[in-house]
Amino acid sequence: MSVRVGVVVFPGSNCDTDTAWALARAGAEPVQLWHESADLLGVDAIVLPGGFAYGDYLRAGAIARFSPVMRAVAGYAADGGLVLGICNGFQVLAEAGLLPGALLRNRTLRFVCRDVAIRAERADTAFTHRVPGGGVLRMPVAHGEGCYYADAATLDALERDGRILFRYVDAAGSPAPAGDRANPNGSLRAIAGVINAAGNVAGLMPHPERAADALLGSDDGMLVLRSLVDSAGERAGMIQHAVAG
Amino acid sequence: MSADLAPAVAAAAAPLHRALGLTDGELVDIERRLGRGPNDLELAMFSVMWSEHCSYKSSRPLLRTLPTGGDDVVAGPGENAGVMRIGDGWAVAFKIESHNHPSAVEPYQGAATGVGGILRDIFAMGARPIAVLDALRFGDPADPRTRHLVNGVVRGVGGYGNCVGVPTVGGELVFDPSYQGNPLVNVMAIGLVREDAIVRAAAPGPGNLVILYGSATGRDGIGGASVLASATFGAQDPSKRPAVQVGDPFAEKLLIEATLEILAAGLAEGLSDLGAAGITCGVSETADRAGTGIRVDLDAIPRREPGMAPFEVMISESQERMVVIARPDRLPQIAAICERWGIPCGVIGRVTDDGDVAVIEGGLAPDGMPNPGARELARIPARALASEAIVFDRLAAPPPRRRRAPAPGIPETAADMLPEGGTDPGAVLLGLLGSPNLASRAWVAEQYDRDVGTNTVGSAGHGAAVLRVKGTRRALVATTDGNEAVSALDPYLGAALSVAEASRNVSVTGARPLGVTNCLNFGDPTRPESFWQLREAVRGMGDACRALGLPVTGGNVSLYNEAPGSAIAPTPEIGIVGLLDDVALLVGPAFAADGDVALLAGAGGPGLGGSAYAAVAGLAAEDDLPGLDLAAEAAVQAFVRDAIAARHVTAAQDVSGGGLAVALAEMAIWGGRGGQFRVPVPSAPAVALFGESPSRIVLTVRPPDLAAVRALAGRHGVKIAELGTVGGPRLVIEMFGEGATGAAEGRGSSIADALEVTLADLRHAWDHGLPRALGEEA
Amino acid sequence: MNAEVIAARFRFAVNVLPKDGILDPQGRAVEQSLPHLGLAGVGEVRVGRRVELAVDAPDAAAARVVVDELARELLCNPLIEQYAIEPLGAISAARSGAGG
Repeated sequence: MSVRVGVVVFPGSNCDTDTAWALARAGAEPVQLWHESADLLGVDAIVLPGGFAYGDYLRAGAIARFSPVMRAVAGYAADGGLVLGICNGFQVLAEAGLLPGALLRNRTLRFVCRDVAIRAERADTAFTHRVPGGGVLRMPVAHGEGCYYADAATLDALERDGRILFRYVDAAGSPAPAGDRANPNGSLRAIAGVINAAGNVAGLMPHPERAADALLGSDDGMLVLRSLVDSAGERAGMIQHAVAG
Repeated sequence: MSADLAPAVAAAAAPLHRALGLTDGELVDIERRLGRGPNDLELAMFSVMWSEHCSYKSSRPLLRTLPTGGDDVVAGPGENAGVMRIGDGWAVAFKIESHNHPSAVEPYQGAATGVGGILRDIFAMGARPIAVLDALRFGDPADPRTRHLVNGVVRGVGGYGNCVGVPTVGGELVFDPSYQGNPLVNVMAIGLVREDAIVRAAAPGPGNLVILYGSATGRDGIGGASVLASATFGAQDPSKRPAVQVGDPFAEKLLIEATLEILAAGLAEGLSDLGAAGITCGVSETADRAGTGIRVDLDAIPRREPGMAPFEVMISESQERMVVIARPDRLPQIAAICERWGIPCGVIGRVTDDGDVAVIEGGLAPDGMPNPGARELARIPARALASEAIVFDRLAAPPPRRRRAPAPGIPETAADMLPEGGTDPGAVLLGLLGSPNLASRAWVAEQYDRDVGTNTVGSAGHGAAVLRVKGTRRALVATTDGNEAVSALDPYLGAALSVAEASRNVSVTGARPLGVTNCLNFGDPTRPESFWQLREAVRGMGDACRALGLPVTGGNVSLYNEAPGSAIAPTPEIGIVGLLDDVALLVGPAFAADGDVALLAGAGGPGLGGSAYAAVAGLAAEDDLPGLDLAAEAAVQAFVRDAIAARHVTAAQDVSGGGLAVALAEMAIWGGRGGQFRVPVPSAPAVALFGESPSRIVLTVRPPDLAAVRALAGRHGVKIAELGTVGGPRLVIEMFGEGATGAAEGRGSSIADALEVTLADLRHAWDHGLPRALGEEA
Repeated sequence: MNAEVIAARFRFAVNVLPKDGILDPQGRAVEQSLPHLGLAGVGEVRVGRRVELAVDAPDAAAARVVVDELARELLCNPLIEQYAIEPLGAISAARSGAGG
């Protein structure tokens, strides 16, 4: 029996099919979660995929966060369920307050699509436990609003509490400051992804589902997706043990 | 809206038909078709359907000469898009279209709605769009107006394509002074469809419903026809002014999903998208194709603005709208799908059996007949608006022999063309690599999402685009090419070269070119010189397609691309889709391994006319055009495909812009390794290094495969020359042969200087050329 | 020569909205999502942008001329947008020059 991972679909999501395909390659059974429904269909984890939910109109993620499914996702997260936001999904989680900070327009004010190198800052999370310590992953970004921003106090707290999950790094493996080509959008402190304090909700701007097949250039993204699937499986297993008494 | 609708100048003074862009002769023809004079609404409908853009009235007789048949052609010209089968029950839909004039007016929205329109043509066939390619042409990149256009168009293509979730995977960016006042925006789209699920743009079955779904109808695109507004309403009412078409990619994404669901559920008898000429075109073309008529319920069409006149509703070009023809009992299911996706939908008409497009005001009863008291505002035979629209046999006359007076001292013939006095050919190469037409397009390409869909294989900007077909071992390969430089001098040859180059770009990946879509961008067809260019280009395209076994499955014609005294260079933009049966056999254009042997397949010839080198070196080489042997072109392409299929080839690149030296430089930059090469020079170093004579391919092979490759070339009748070996941090090209000696006497040397450039310098020139030309360097 | 220069700084806002009749995808998307917030009776949503700026000029009328030109040339795309200028008041008056 395979792990069931929900993929939320908003009007305008366009990476949901790719995400479902990649999750299947990671050994999970993808389940579509339509935005109009608050029924999470008993999934073991949830992914908010990339795209342009509601056209990214007003602000990326601003309209999506009021949909019925997001109220259910907030409850799911509060109960400790695993939630991963990719690109637009990360934006939605930030707008919904489930992750700290905000994603602003890229520093160059242009959409950017290219491969980046990101480093997993922690190897002990549900989303990165399969990434070798300090491991650098190659995967594409494709976004116009990916510049991570939070005020200085929040950024300091994120660093202190280990809530920065991924950073953009240069060829030498060091965090790439804004203005460096290795930091595609000008994110503060080279932040490419963050995780919440409880460790069950994470978001990143790069696309692991687009780095899930060597034919397409990289399968580093599978390390993130397999981490998620494995963690979800373990939690589902734990719940079953509890039920069995 | 087509540019040949005359501006609404002094509407009161000019007869209405002329103000709408119709000639007196066309009005007489309309009266003959109707058996009476047309009313204002009918005149408006004729004026848009008989516009050049919709009717192809100047080009149809020429387009009929193109080869369109083939065993694998499932849908050809006349449908929303061409479709060819690719095996495993799949078919590929593809087409290219222009949105030139709207992009000159409002570059972002012009480009965005161009993308939206071509995508609709693809999913109107039932195909899910999987890729877009954009071919963009502008004037001087240093000119602020050009930069404004480039920025707007690139943001528009990206803004629409990225949001709708279709990757933009290739295209062209070309700068030429002739485009200064008339930028070109040609967009190609590709989609996948199960062969047995293709839907046609026809309206069969009298009694069936005509259902409009998508965005509401506003005044978008009502350009010259706004003269009717001032005739009916106060001319000063600002809300009645013509509106620029604005695209909504979010609405289009919803439209794609809803449409594919409607089709998957088998609910459609026919389907069409609404583009130029809006509802009028949608109903007249579908009725005409089925031999039926359509009764339009004007009141039922959802409007975005209050107080819209009937003609505005019928010719509006509001975006993101589709028309589906369905049996009445299917309506609830269609409505449910539209509701799920948040898209308005409504029944706006009925299919009839009288062959006419009839517009009714006052509503239709449940049985489809007009309500008592309803008025019939217009009645026109559908075929008069569509397949039997007026056609012209325009006058063609070649231009008088006109030679640009060369500046004093500028060489005119192909003798030693390298700039004199010790100029290093390596410096010339760097100059070419850094020139706006040959440098890296990354500045543009990185603004487009090229990966969404997880089908895009290979690196951006390295040769033709490759898309794998999930669930099969196959891949599709696509490219666009258009040779305007040679076309300006010889339109027949330019068009034939464009077909040759596009198909060669496909063959060097190992894929077999399948078919051609084309966008013909030319000037004013009522000018005999300009029409001659169009006629010759179609002839050249046809001959090349026949020689290479490529059917033309459809395309677009954009005329009147000129301002007084300045017409664009004739630009036949050729889009080709190819099929790779096994994606594992894909070969890229980057040098793959040190020690590989580089070969040049195909014989070069003289001729620098129309080359990038001639343009950069300021040569007047009009009489020095390259020759094209279509049989040799077919042979070299077949050879390289066979060599790739036999797994002998590690890299392959066609020789085109900038010639052999640029091809080798690109392979070196992309592969991160240089090479040591020797090139024979029969006549002049510039010709050998930078000449663009066609039908040549550079391929690299591992030394043990050399003999087999030579034998294969022999069997194809293809000449092979060994160039040298891949490896090292430099690109070195030595020259030998008659033309290499004595030619450099002025430099105090008896042998032409070798070309020697570091990889770092090559990459730097190539990376920075475009941003620098556009003033985008930090 | 001693001169007194009186200058003042005038603040304005330029409110840009889509022109009447032009499709406003953002406004439409916001409007259609309002039911999710459980709000009824809200419609005719249009989304634009607001630019605030300050102009040095001898008087308000002269300042407004400058703002008007800036709005037309740069802040607004007259093909698809319209603008309205909102005066926000003068913020300082300065007198400069040598002696008097």
